[in-house]
Amino acid sequence: MSLSLSLRHSFGATGLDLAFDAAPGLTALFGASGAGKTSVVRAVAGLLRPDEGRIALEGNILFDSAARINLAPHRRRIGYVFQEPRLFPHLSVRGNLTYGRRFAPRKSAQNFDRIVDLLGLAPLLTRRPGALSGGEQQRVAIGRALLSAPRLLLADEPLSALDTARKDEILPWIERLRDEAGLPILYVSHSVQEVARLATTVIELDAGRISRMGPAVEVFADPAFTPSGTREAGALIAARIRHHHADGLTELDAGGAALYLPELPQPPGTELRLRLPASDVILARARPEGLSALNIVAGRVVSIRDGHGPGALVAVETQAGQILARLTRRSVAALELAEGSECHAILKTLSIAPGNVGSG
Amino acid sequence: MDWLGPEEWQAVRLSLKVAFWAMLASLPFGVLCAYALARWRFPGRQLLNLLVHLPLVLPPVVTGYLLLLTLGRRAPLGAFLDGFGITFAFQWTGAALAAAIMGFPLLVRAIRLSLEAIDPKLEEAAATLGAPPLWRFLTITLPLILPGLLAGAVLSFAKAMGEFGATITFVSNIPGETQTLPSAIYAFLQVPGGEPAALRLVALSVFIALAALALSELMAQRIAKRVQGA
Repeated sequence: MSLSLSLRHSFGATGLDLAFDAAPGLTALFGASGAGKTSVVRAVAGLLRPDEGRIALEGNILFDSAARINLAPHRRRIGYVFQEPRLFPHLSVRGNLTYGRRFAPRKSAQNFDRIVDLLGLAPLLTRRPGALSGGEQQRVAIGRALLSAPRLLLADEPLSALDTARKDEILPWIERLRDEAGLPILYVSHSVQEVARLATTVIELDAGRISRMGPAVEVFADPAFTPSGTREAGALIAARIRHHHADGLTELDAGGAALYLPELPQPPGTELRLRLPASDVILARARPEGLSALNIVAGRVVSIRDGHGPGALVAVETQAGQILARLTRRSVAALELAEGSECHAILKTLSIAPGNVGSG
Repeated sequence: MDWLGPEEWQAVRLSLKVAFWAMLASLPFGVLCAYALARWRFPGRQLLNLLVHLPLVLPPVVTGYLLLLTLGRRAPLGAFLDGFGITFAFQWTGAALAAAIMGFPLLVRAIRLSLEAIDPKLEEAAATLGAPPLWRFLTITLPLILPGLLAGAVLSFAKAMGEFGATITFVSNIPGETQTLPSAIYAFLQVPGGEPAALRLVALSVFIALAALALSELMAQRIAKRVQGA
């Protein structure tokens, strides 16, 4: 997406001072609460007027304090999915969905059917928002934003008010938006799981400033990226389903390395993103023999970062991509691991939870 | 309706006319005032709030007299408006104006309460969907405050039906022009043998008030059902 933004705003104790150009796909604004994530998306939507700065989308200036430009929210054509659904209670689901169509540049019934189909909204159309579950309401809210034909979709923790089951219900829809609708998305979240699953690009905010920014795979492979301690660290691996075996295992191709997972529902050829929690990766100097683990990849240590406690995070470059392993410092010493050491990473397959397997 | 004499009947008709126009004409101003007080932060907001509530706390005679001082035939503003053919003093329009002003605080309070009860975030959501401000108001805010609007309108109407002090001070008690129900009851009570007529009007007043309340209650229920959905 060609969203380019720089803004300064006095807010909270630290204020907001940041600038970035968002890459295509889903850009996750990640950080602790109070870091300024919501203020950034509100500024992009025009619901918050920053003290200073410039926001441009596809070369169209939305806000420029120097040139005294501040486009009203309804002229920006930016969809916004809020933390709570904010559906209009006096309108039916259909009425909610079509509310923005009047103002969208091209009215297309085909688009309506496509989005209703994409989000599975057809059975809900005649109902009132009050009669829907939380997950259904949020899906309608997403559909409503999409049907206003936005140039950019903002999502501010759209799943945080939902329980795990509802989250799992909506996550695939967001993945489909990212992959099929081709719509640039700016997604606010404080959940490592969500960001790992959805993000193309990760921007980490800390006290109103950008503390880290880069492609999701790179950010998650960085041993210094431990948003909630080393326990939650884990790299992302892009893989493609190669074959479903008769014994219930699915064979994946990750950069040429073969990985095995318990049977996945997607057909062969599907691109997947796997999250490998660093605590589920074991390192060995020699290729292990007589081990029950199926997934072993050879690699070379790229960096070692000591944590606060007895642990250390070891980044290993493998055929499948860079992965992270969480070891004790004692093990690091015992294995004589150093930058450049050859080693084998053992991935405990069964610990890869379904929630950590995202398409993308 | 031969149990009402022509003079009494005239008072009833006039009262309904005065109350209807007082309510209708003050509605848009009431919505605007309530919206400004509930949503906007501007210098003089407290002053506006005070002014709106003034008729509620001032003795009605004082309000009526102030109206006479500003809009009477010889008052500058009254004379100015008179030049355009707009006359209030000693006309039924003056009775409607007095009734509207006396009912205004009730109208504004009811609308403001329902405005404050609806989430401004809904208007924000409508804005991000491309709706300009007036459209947001008409399609989101207005339908959602409809129950409050109705309650305010009924209160304003009822207040106008019963207004006495400000009306009689401002526009006097002229049969057929400014003699509303309460003025007529008062007039009948001043003459010997007028009591039966006064009682008939009292009974009618009670009936109209109850009917208005019942009607508004019914409409409010219907609207609430439609607005809340489910």
